[in-house]
Amino acid sequence: MEPLLRVENLSVKFNEHHVLKDVNFSVNKADVLAIVGPNGAGKSVLFRAILGLVPHYGQVQWAKNIKVNYVPQKLNIDRDIPLSVAEFLKFKTKNYEETAKILRAVGLTDSSHDDFHIKEHVLKQRLGWLSGGQLQRVLIAWAMIDNPDVLLFDEPTSGIDIGGEETIYNLLRKLNKEHSMTIIMISHELNIVYKYANSVLCLNKEMICYGSPNDVLDPQALAKLYGGEAGFYKHDHDH
Amino acid sequence: MAAKPASTNTTMITNPLILQIIVGVLIGLGAGYVGSFMILRRMSLVGDALSHVALPGIAVALLFEFNPFFGAFAALFLAILGIWVLEKKTELPSETLVGIFFTLSLAFGLLLTPEPELLEALFGDITKIAMFDLYITLILVIAIFITMVKISNSLMMGIISKDLTRSMGIKLDRTNFIFLIMVSIIVALGLKVAGTLLMGSLVIIPAAAAKNISVNLSKYTVLGSIFGALSALVGILVANQYGLQPGPIVVLTGGCIFLVSLLFKK
Repeated sequence: MEPLLRVENLSVKFNEHHVLKDVNFSVNKADVLAIVGPNGAGKSVLFRAILGLVPHYGQVQWAKNIKVNYVPQKLNIDRDIPLSVAEFLKFKTKNYEETAKILRAVGLTDSSHDDFHIKEHVLKQRLGWLSGGQLQRVLIAWAMIDNPDVLLFDEPTSGIDIGGEETIYNLLRKLNKEHSMTIIMISHELNIVYKYANSVLCLNKEMICYGSPNDVLDPQALAKLYGGEAGFYKHDHDH
Repeated sequence: MAAKPASTNTTMITNPLILQIIVGVLIGLGAGYVGSFMILRRMSLVGDALSHVALPGIAVALLFEFNPFFGAFAALFLAILGIWVLEKKTELPSETLVGIFFTLSLAFGLLLTPEPELLEALFGDITKIAMFDLYITLILVIAIFITMVKISNSLMMGIISKDLTRSMGIKLDRTNFIFLIMVSIIVALGLKVAGTLLMGSLVIIPAAAAKNISVNLSKYTVLGSIFGALSALVGILVANQYGLQPGPIVVLTGGCIFLVSLLFKK
């Protein structure tokens, strides 16, 4: 089967410094690929490179006619931004039925909630008033609206409490199983990777390991990934 | 900012106050709408100082005897181009450069502007407008609204996340450029109302007031426009009643609306 995405010898340089070096991997339909690595390892840069948002070297080849939706790690949504959930979702679809269906699918409302609840308690809310978990669900809903083949998720659960985290991952797994949606996600947590991903890419500027989590996440790889020179990953910012 | 004598026009509004109000309200509407997005793009400071850049443009226009509107627009356009390139090339906040460059151009403009026109250039004087100004204002404000409505979705997406917007195939640089041109047009138009020192505030203050009390984008932009128009209307009427300079009164009216909006902050 032709992979949905094939990445060969991908490198990204910022000011002559390698932020990513010689990354190779491929993603097949209905895969869940997790990208792990310390802070500053280039995970977000990898996403931006495969989306063509930053200049890069090497090959990034997407299958023809596929739709890729992306949810970045940081959105600039202040508490006081005057934008309602309804308006945010309307950037993608103006069809109310479709919106309501997707809000149910991501668990923002359940079938016991009527239209009134959806309109008053979800759609009319200011985007910035939602809790971390609710906002993340709205973002997933937003990304799902036009039925993408691939969902790129940068830290799906940053800023969400443990319980909420579990539900977001369960939701992603459900999307993957029921809609054969291919998911590529960046994660900090290894337990999540074991539980939800069928392949993993360990990244620390270069590729440390790649394969099925149970095969490749051995102590040596982890030591190399997280335990190397401290200076390598202590930077707290993502590029 | 010499205006053509009104008597040369065939169709005209003979009452000067009504003419002032119509032009002022149109500019207020446009300024409030464009300002709404400037605030969301964290350009309040840029917006406030941007109008200063117009002064050397006006001065050059006066020296070479062409319409000051075009001189002001040219100067603003150059400044806007500078901001656009800066935003495109770097992620740096443009504030330091804006703070230095924009005030320097004010200093230049002060030296260049002929003494008799200086006060008007600094604070505007809407009492000196003619029918020609109404036509040009009407056409440009309509053009601004049409353009802004067209680009508002991409603009808003760009505010939320540049990467996300680009990943959707939206040409964000183009959107931003068009937006900045709209900013320079409305500021150049508004110089008649509030002058190079204060026009920036007419763009920023009504929108800031609207932001305090709006939950969604459509209400926010509509309220921003209404507050802009209201500032112009009340300001011009009050200034006319008490024989004051309209420009500062218009801006102060905006300030009052802002203070009231704080009481209802959401």
